[in-house]
Amino acid sequence: MSTTWSEYTQRVANGIRRRVLDFTIRNNGGYLSQACSAAEILATLYTRVMRIGESCAPRIPPPFPGVPSKTNPHYFSGAAYNGPYKPELDRFFISPVHCALALYALLVEVGRMDAQGLEMFNKDGSTVEMIGAEHSPGHELMAGSLGQALSQAAGIALARRLKGHTGRNWVFMSDGEFWIGQTWEAVETLVFYKLDTVGVYIDANGQSADGKIETVMEIGSIRDRLAAFGVRVFEVDGHDVEALAAPAELPPDGRPLFIIARTNPCQGIPLLEERRPRLHYVRFKDEAEKQRYREFLMTMNGGIHGA
Amino acid sequence: MVLESRVHARKLVEWAKDKPEVVVFSADLTSSTEVDLFRDTYPDRFYSFGMTEQNMMSFAGGMAREGFTPFVHTFAVFLYRRALDQIAMSIAYPNLPVRIFGFLPGITTPGGATHQAIDDIAIMRAIPNMTVIETGDATEVESVFDAIQPIRGPVYVRQLRGDIPRLFDPTEPLQVGKARILSIGSDIALFSSGICTEEALKVSAALQRVGVSMYHVHVNTLKPFHTQEVVEIASQVAYGVITFENHTIIGGLGSAVAEALAETGLGKRLIRIGLRDTFAHGGSKTYLMKYYGLDALTLVRSIEQLLGETLGIDEDDVQITVQQPIRSTSKAEDL
Repeated sequence: MSTTWSEYTQRVANGIRRRVLDFTIRNNGGYLSQACSAAEILATLYTRVMRIGESCAPRIPPPFPGVPSKTNPHYFSGAAYNGPYKPELDRFFISPVHCALALYALLVEVGRMDAQGLEMFNKDGSTVEMIGAEHSPGHELMAGSLGQALSQAAGIALARRLKGHTGRNWVFMSDGEFWIGQTWEAVETLVFYKLDTVGVYIDANGQSADGKIETVMEIGSIRDRLAAFGVRVFEVDGHDVEALAAPAELPPDGRPLFIIARTNPCQGIPLLEERRPRLHYVRFKDEAEKQRYREFLMTMNGGIHGA
Repeated sequence: MVLESRVHARKLVEWAKDKPEVVVFSADLTSSTEVDLFRDTYPDRFYSFGMTEQNMMSFAGGMAREGFTPFVHTFAVFLYRRALDQIAMSIAYPNLPVRIFGFLPGITTPGGATHQAIDDIAIMRAIPNMTVIETGDATEVESVFDAIQPIRGPVYVRQLRGDIPRLFDPTEPLQVGKARILSIGSDIALFSSGICTEEALKVSAALQRVGVSMYHVHVNTLKPFHTQEVVEIASQVAYGVITFENHTIIGGLGSAVAEALAETGLGKRLIRIGLRDTFAHGGSKTYLMKYYGLDALTLVRSIEQLLGETLGIDEDDVQITVQQPIRSTSKAEDL
C-alpha cells in the first residue's frame, strides 16, 4: 500500500511527539509542549518543503569538541545533519533552540540521526545539548538567547545571493520572538533588500515561559504587523501538513515569506490541557501523574512504539 | 552544610512589604528568577515585559527617575549582553537606583553558551556609577537587599537561586565592600567569590592536614573593590596570591586583584583561576567545574604551583560536603 507524502509527514510528526513524551517521562522533565506545537512544522519542512541533501554527519553525534577558537581545529557544525552546503540546496535555521529536543527527535524520525543520539540529550560532554548550540545536531547558528537567528539567516541569504546560490533559507521561529525589537529590525531589512529566498515558519503556539503570551505581553496580530512591513504573509493551521507546505510551493515574488502556523501546545497529548497555562517546561508533579502519561504513551500512534 | 531553597523568592516578599516604592520587573522568566511569589503577593507592584530586555531597562530608568526603585530580574546574560547600551545610558549615566538581578552566573546552568554569564562582572564593572555584587550563599542572598538599600545609584547583583548552601552565619549579613575572612594564614592568600568559595572551603581542611597555611577571603563586592584590604592580606603571605572565580579571568575578580597589587607595587605572584578566555557549553555544574578547571582540585594544583611542591592531596581529600540534587524541584526548569 502506497502512502502519500502527507501521510508520511504526519507519521513523522506523530513520531516526534512520541519520542519527546517518552524522554520527558524518563527524564521527569522536558520541553514537551514545544514538540506538540512544532511537530508538523518541523516534519513538513524536512520531508516536503526543504530541498536538502542526505546527512553528512555521523549517525551517532560526536562528543563536545570544545568551543570555536583559533586553536581548536576540531569544531564542527550540527548543520551537517541537514546535508552538504551546496549552492542549489536549502539551509535550515532553528531560532528557539530550547525546542532542540523536538528537532533531535525529528532527525531520528527521518533517519538522519540514530535513536541512540537522543539518549545523549543533556548528558555531560555531549553535543546533543538541552539548549541547542551550533554544534548540536540539526543546528547551524547560536540562537539560544532568542531573536538573533532571523538576522543571521538574512545575512546568510544576502551572501548566498551575492554568490549566485539558488537554494532557499528556512527559519523556524516562535511567536514569543515577535516581542523582541531585533526581530522587527530583521523584518524591515529583509523587505528592504528583497530577500525572498528567506522563508520563516512561526510556531504560533501562544505560549511563553511565563504562560499565555497575551497575559505576559500582548503582541497583537502578528499577521497585520508583518503585512504592514511589506512581507508576504500567510496564516495556516500549524497541524495541517498540506496547508503548511502550500505557501512554500509558490514562486518567490521579491518579498520574504512568513508563514504563521497557528498551533496548539497540547496537540496530540490532550493530558497536557490540564496543565494550562503553564506549559513551558513539563515536570510531573508526582508519580501518579507520571503514570498517567506513561499509560498514554503506550496508546500513542495506535500503540506502535517505534524505536 | 545546609541547603536553602528559593531564598531570593521568600526574602524579597518579606523585605519589600513596607517599601511601596519597590517595583519588580520580569522578562518572561518570572518563576525562573524567583519573583513568582512577589507577583502573587503584590500583583500591583509587578510588571511583566515579555522578552524586551532593552525596553525593560530603559523603562526601569524612567520609573526610577520618578522615585520608584525597580528591581529588574532576568538571567544575567540577557541583561548585560542584550541591553548594555540601555543599562549604560538609561540607568547608569543618570545614576538611578535600579537594582539589577542577574541569575545563572557563569557555568551554573546546563543551558550552554547562550545562557552562561561568563563575562558579566567584567562588563558591569566597567560601567561608571555601577556597584557590582556577587552573592555566595544563602546568608548573602537574603541580606543583599538591606546591604544595597543605602546605595543611591544602580546596583548589579549576580544572584544565586534554587537550592543554595548556607556557608556563612545568618547573623553576619552581607555588607557592601566588606570581604569575609574565612581563614587566616601565612603561606598563600586566596580570594574567592560566588560558588567558588564553597569549592575552596573543601580544600581548606585538606591543606591544614598537610601543614599549609592559607589566608582565605570571600569577596562579595567587585565594585567598589576592597583594594586596601586585599593588599594588606596579600602582603602578609609568603608565597603568593590566588583568585578563584566562576567567570572569565579577564575583567573579574582576578583582574581586580591584579589591579590592586599592581597599583600598590606589591610584588606578589598571582594565579587566576577561572574560565581561560573561552566560552563554555551545556552540562551539569559538577561536570563544567571540572571540565573548565573551576574545581577544588584545580585550586590544589595552583597552590602547589605557588609553593613549588606536591602536597599529595587528591580528589578524595576534597570531596563534596553536600550533595546537590540532580534535578531540583526548586527551579522552574532544568536550566
